[in-house]
Amino acid sequence: MNELDQLYQQVILDHAKRRVGSPLVEPAAAAQGESHQHNPICGDQIRVRVGLDEQNVFTSVSWEGEGCSISMASASVLSEMLPGMGRDQFLTTLDAFREMMRSKGTATPDEEVLEDAAAFVGVSKFPARVKCAMLAWVAAEAAMFGASS
Amino acid sequence: MTSVTGHADTQHPLSSSEVARIKADFEILEHPINGTDLVYLDSGATSQKPRCVYEAEQHYYETANAAVHRGAHSLAVEATELFEQARETVASFIGARSNEVVWTSNATEALNLISYSLSNASAGLGGSAAERFRLTRGDEILVTELEHHANLIPWQELAFRTGATLRYVPVTEDGALRYDLLDELVTESTKLIAFTHVSNVLGTITDVERFVQAARRVGALTVLDGCQSVPHLPVDVKALDIDFMAFSGHKMLGPTGIGALYGRAELLDAMPPFLTGGSMITVVDMEHAEYLPSPQRFEAGTQRIAQAHSLATAASYLDEIGMERIAAWEEHLGTLLLEGLSQLDGVRVFGPTDAPRIGTVPFEVMGVHPHDVGQYLDSRGIAVRVGHHCAQPLHRALGVTATTRASTYLYNTEEDVAALIAAVGSVREYFGV
Repeated sequence: MNELDQLYQQVILDHAKRRVGSPLVEPAAAAQGESHQHNPICGDQIRVRVGLDEQNVFTSVSWEGEGCSISMASASVLSEMLPGMGRDQFLTTLDAFREMMRSKGTATPDEEVLEDAAAFVGVSKFPARVKCAMLAWVAAEAAMFGASS
Repeated sequence: MTSVTGHADTQHPLSSSEVARIKADFEILEHPINGTDLVYLDSGATSQKPRCVYEAEQHYYETANAAVHRGAHSLAVEATELFEQARETVASFIGARSNEVVWTSNATEALNLISYSLSNASAGLGGSAAERFRLTRGDEILVTELEHHANLIPWQELAFRTGATLRYVPVTEDGALRYDLLDELVTESTKLIAFTHVSNVLGTITDVERFVQAARRVGALTVLDGCQSVPHLPVDVKALDIDFMAFSGHKMLGPTGIGALYGRAELLDAMPPFLTGGSMITVVDMEHAEYLPSPQRFEAGTQRIAQAHSLATAASYLDEIGMERIAAWEEHLGTLLLEGLSQLDGVRVFGPTDAPRIGTVPFEVMGVHPHDVGQYLDSRGIAVRVGHHCAQPLHRALGVTATTRASTYLYNTEEDVAALIAAVGSVREYFGV
């Protein structure tokens, strides 16, 4: 597989079209938060809304945004993974995702932890695209920390 | 000065074989990218440099390096001479007198220089000579919706600092300037009109005369953004009859780190300085300072001497080939780009179809984000720019957040254009659209 095909793995292209979790919905949850993130380099933007129950477990994730296939697919994959995940588990997963993104193509992703998000390992070879992949994750993190009932 | 390759046949249009010889002056264009030949179509962002340009810089450091306008030793004299010769060369390249060209870091700094100088005048600096530059509540600054952020934000800030109002000439949904609104927008309150000569996104050439006429009618100052015109078209500031023009070195084959501001001498000499410090003064005591006339008044601190020399070498290189011929070649490439891209299924080209253009064409591939388009083209060795190109308001007017932009220069061949069109034609298939 050449570098371009590693970047645009089929699972990424599929998610970019399916956009799981989009559009935004109003979560019926104990606590909810929202974050709007913007990539000033290309103008891409995303708004992520999360709902958490009393045990700090994600009950819903939804988003709306505009951007390249990497940023849209990343938001879609995250929306599939997050419901049912606890706050601490999300932070562990986020760390693993971030570490993979900083690896410049050298990481062997742990698919147990990263599930479909492991497909983004090819992005780490393209420093200009790392921010695209991170955008939804950063938004979800900010939404979680800002969540209130 | 190091030798500039002889391409002189200034009577005839550039031929493909001549362009091939020009291309050979650019080392970087011979280096493969991603295992394939580089097709560089991002000269709107920055141009590549011919060998003579960086050799001039190296030669300067090897033979003439010293601080200018001070010191009595031979190197200082040699460096000062080269520095001022460079100013003469670049001034002559745009039809200006040498005391009307101020070196800046880039075009952005040149535009900020005017903005801050006017702001200083508005705060009362510069005495009675600077009165004509004062802005106050009720005064208006006019820009256009086409502008690069560098020719928009300095004027927003100037308006904030002085209480003046910023207004703009809108564009149609195709990106054509609404000249029909000029008469209405330019009033006795208009003190300054800042507009681009060539849109950095659309490549369209502005009818400068219409803006200048409107400005003259009410006595407003005119500021032209020449970043995309000076490298690609013959530009004569006196014929254009503008008051100020900003342009950058790195987009016209020159080095990074240097740009220039043209201003009418009588204006520059009456404006209060922007950056202050060494090399721009006559007499200093502990309470105040007197300033040199332009251009030194605006050149505080040690200047970009090697870069000025190198930029002058670039201007001479362009001059030797002939700006008319370069413009004609790029018009030819631009037409090929426009026609080729327009004929592709699912590709939309932006910009008015009837306006004159340089070889800059923005487009979108339906269903594929510009970042993905750019990534795909890069894998084929084709360099283009994607994003909002520092012109968010224009993109908003066009109804998109980002575009893909191909921009040519004198070293681009018909084969480069054909390679781009073929690659763009296969983008949708790759992304399964």
